[in-house]
Amino acid sequence: MLTLPRFEWVEPRTLDQLLDHLAAHAAESLMVAGGTDAVPNLKHRLHEPRYLVHIGRVEELRFVRDEADGLHVGPLVTLADLARHPVVRRDFATLTRAASLVAGPQLRNMGTIGGNLCLDTRCTYYNQTFFWREALGFCLKKDGAVCHVVPQGKRCVAAHSSDTAPVLITLDAEVEIRSRAARRTVPVESFFVADGIHNNVLAPGEVVTRVFVPARARARIGGYQKLRPRGAIDFPMLSVAFAASRRDGHVADARLVVSALAAKPRSVTGLDALLADGVLDDAAIERIAQAAAKQCRPVINIPYDEDYRHAMVPVFVRRALREALGLPPRAAREVVTA
Amino acid sequence: MSRIAVTFTLNGARRRVRVAPMKRLLDVLREDCALTGTKEGCGEGECGACTVLIDGRAANSCLIPAVHADGATLVTVEGLARRGGALSALQQAFVTMGGAQCGICTPGILVSAQELLLRSRGRVPGDAEVREALAGNLCRCTGYQKIVDAVRAAAREAMPARARAARRAPKARATAKARRTAKRARRAR
Ligand SMILES: Cc1cc2nc3c(=O)[nH]c(=O)nc-3n(C[C@H](O)[C@H](O)[C@H](O)COP(=O)(O)OP(=O)(O)OC[C@H]3O[C@@H](n4cnc5c(N)ncnc54)[C@H](O)[C@@H]3O)c2cc1C
Ligand code: SF4
Ligand code: FES
Ligand code: FES
Repeated sequence: MLTLPRFEWVEPRTLDQLLDHLAAHAAESLMVAGGTDAVPNLKHRLHEPRYLVHIGRVEELRFVRDEADGLHVGPLVTLADLARHPVVRRDFATLTRAASLVAGPQLRNMGTIGGNLCLDTRCTYYNQTFFWREALGFCLKKDGAVCHVVPQGKRCVAAHSSDTAPVLITLDAEVEIRSRAARRTVPVESFFVADGIHNNVLAPGEVVTRVFVPARARARIGGYQKLRPRGAIDFPMLSVAFAASRRDGHVADARLVVSALAAKPRSVTGLDALLADGVLDDAAIERIAQAAAKQCRPVINIPYDEDYRHAMVPVFVRRALREALGLPPRAAREVVTA
Repeated sequence: MSRIAVTFTLNGARRRVRVAPMKRLLDVLREDCALTGTKEGCGEGECGACTVLIDGRAANSCLIPAVHADGATLVTVEGLARRGGALSALQQAFVTMGGAQCGICTPGILVSAQELLLRSRGRVPGDAEVREALAGNLCRCTGYQKIVDAVRAAAREAMPARARAARRAPKARATAKARRTAKRARRAR
């Protein structure tokens, strides 16, 4: 039986109380919202905080506001509530889709959008019990000095595994971050950094206080495709998000993000050139799929074959693009008539 | 670690327990409340054997520290039966239709299904919808089909009599039409 370690439970009721606590004790604190990521990790002794700070009762962080400038979502909104929200369903269908593909129903009832963005990275050598990790020898990310995935590497390459983050990047979403001293806003894309040990820009004492999706993303077409072992519950072993605006048959503002490969979601570059004149036809889809495969290099950070994951990159890119166009996942095979 | 008082409504009754704040809700239910219907499978959020309703929503009690449940309204599998212990329509459907084999997953599945039935009151959820609602519950025995059938049968039973009659109506009309046709045929002879 996996038990929870000992710590002091802190339960602020207001954002002020939360920020005050963190200002004094950030280094020894771990925040939990829904706890669906933090609690399993605590059981594995991946975090050993003195204070467990439950933010779930800070009611001012739970809101969904549909305004003229865009959609404002509090970090405590659960993935289940987000996926069912009528405005999200109507205007940001890929976000609904990504949120409904996280884990299983019970976890989406507890898990929050804030926790999903701040989800810890995942690795075969990290998401294990203390006993397991001790037996093999600890790694860079926790208690050790080597990386078992890239033995000569100086950097942890554990996989970013959030389903909503890639979609939020394609929608130009932003996160608002607050600490006792300051408030700042960063695009979700620059929220993540390529360091598996701590893959976001949050400094000690900082809290995600809002996710904002701008109004210009409302009319975008999009697709989200996730590869996972079991369709019912698993983390992604590859995920692809696409969005673009469409004006009289042409697409613009195209964004393609491939994730679950490394610590930071990868934005595929050069889309404008690949989309000659903004025409998203079969040939363009194929050019983009091949470019994405060239730009992505999976490593054996999670327990699924890296060659297979690499081979699936163009397949899932094609599917995401076709989903955005309202087409079935595969192009119909040409019928050869003799 | 010092114990703290945690108060919640459990299957309709107020309960107050003194526990270590980090004790898992699963263990509080099984050990401190002596309700062993809720099971532990994996302890990591993967299997759903520990599912309970927290404020009407299915959640994995193995991932919830006791303090988190303070003030909550909880329903476990023990709370599904009718007063006096008679099985609910949902439970009875599992018995009648073979929805349970070894039984380890059954309490969690019943609780997840209960959430679905509460959410879809007044209509019978489709096969895919039931499967989606039970996606967080693993069963190694049944192959799921009988579970899905049982949940849908219970939903059908729970529909108000009027709605059930409306669903039957097209059939009733068809029967009446058949009777008229038969009568006409008889007259023609
Ligand atoms: C079996 C299983 C399968 C899963 N499958 C998936 C999956 O397929 N896809 C997926 O994306 N996730 C998956 N998850 C992970 C998790 O359930 C979700 O990511 C969930 O959204 C996390 O939200 P939470 O509120 O429970 O996070 P918590 O566990 O409460 O927190 C996660 C992390 O975020 C930090 N945090 C939380 N809120 C804030 C905030 N407002 N500001 C700053 N930091 C914050 C916490 O300190 C913690 O480090 C799975 C989990 C399990 C157990
Ligand atoms: S990528 Fe390397 S350092 Fe990072 S968790 Fe895995 S083994 Fe550890
Ligand atoms: S015991 Fe809780 S999900 Fe398996
Ligand atoms: S009946 Fe045995 S696991 Fe479901």
